[in-house]
Amino acid sequence: MSKFRKKGGKDLPPISTASLPDIVFMLLFFFMVSTTMREVTYKVQIRLPEATELSKLEKKSLVSYIYVGEPLQQYQKTFGLASRIQLNDQFANVADIQDYVIAEREARSEEERPHMITSLKVDENTKMGIVTDIKQELRKSAALHINYSSRQRVER
Amino acid sequence: MARKTPEVPATSLADIAFMLLIFFLVTTTMDVDSGLERRLPQWIDPEELENDDRINERNVFVVLVNRNNDLLVEGEYANIDDLRERAKEFMANPYNEENLPEKEPKQVPYFGEVMVTKGVISLRNDMDTKYGTYIAVQNELVAAINELREELSKEQFGKSYEDLDKEQQEAVREIYPSKISEAEPKKVGGN
Repeated sequence: MSKFRKKGGKDLPPISTASLPDIVFMLLFFFMVSTTMREVTYKVQIRLPEATELSKLEKKSLVSYIYVGEPLQQYQKTFGLASRIQLNDQFANVADIQDYVIAEREARSEEERPHMITSLKVDENTKMGIVTDIKQELRKSAALHINYSSRQRVER
Repeated sequence: MARKTPEVPATSLADIAFMLLIFFLVTTTMDVDSGLERRLPQWIDPEELENDDRINERNVFVVLVNRNNDLLVEGEYANIDDLRERAKEFMANPYNEENLPEKEPKQVPYFGEVMVTKGVISLRNDMDTKYGTYIAVQNELVAAINELREELSKEQFGKSYEDLDKEQQEAVREIYPSKISEAEPKKVGGN
């Protein structure tokens, strides 16, 4: 009688799925830790310009965002095709920026305020006129540290 | 005798976890926000602006971008691909040429007395310039200065600029300051 008897004919036992939840939970925690929630709902279309000399925005809590671009299709009936500014969740005018900066500043603690950064997320087809206006408003409200949000360009 | 409570089935746990996972996948963004970091100048009242002391013409590297996204560098039409080299040459001025910016001696830690350029890059754009072009130009100018710093730190410390410690970086920055000035927006002429 052979020791290495073939177990032919017998079915394979089904693979245990008991550890599946653990695996999925591991994935879940990975994603929870490594990602950040989307800050706002975009009301404007933004296709960021490309650049190579990028620096990362390290501390998300210190960043306030200004979005500029054409309104999304469902808002075009009311707001038209011209580039608009979006602050938080709504459309805004250039004149609202100073108030926005002050509100953002008030929301931070005293020692964080000097390190605040304003990130400009501007569509690449926007005209510079509106961007210059925004920059002037930012200078007026002494929010001088800015970051022109852009994508990494792939060098050919 | 009380009956034993049956075990809670754990088979659906995976489904619940999957649902959570998908929720997080959809609502989050993976990419780290990054961009060109710049500092704006202090706000100056337009009335006080008039008496600005003129900088010598050879010390200014003028870049103009018009409404058709064309570049005018130092008075002549230029291509954006050449801009980085031109800006580098301007800021470094390796042969002390007459038409490139002056230098002044300055005491810098680690380097001793070095000649530091007085050059300033001036960028001016039209109201109708495309933002994408503006960023491309800014990017080239920042890249020029970054490359100069990189070369200098390789030469002096044998290391990449990023690997230097804080004081060394500061010394390098002092020799190649990031002097990109953006003109005050002015209303000139009709359109």
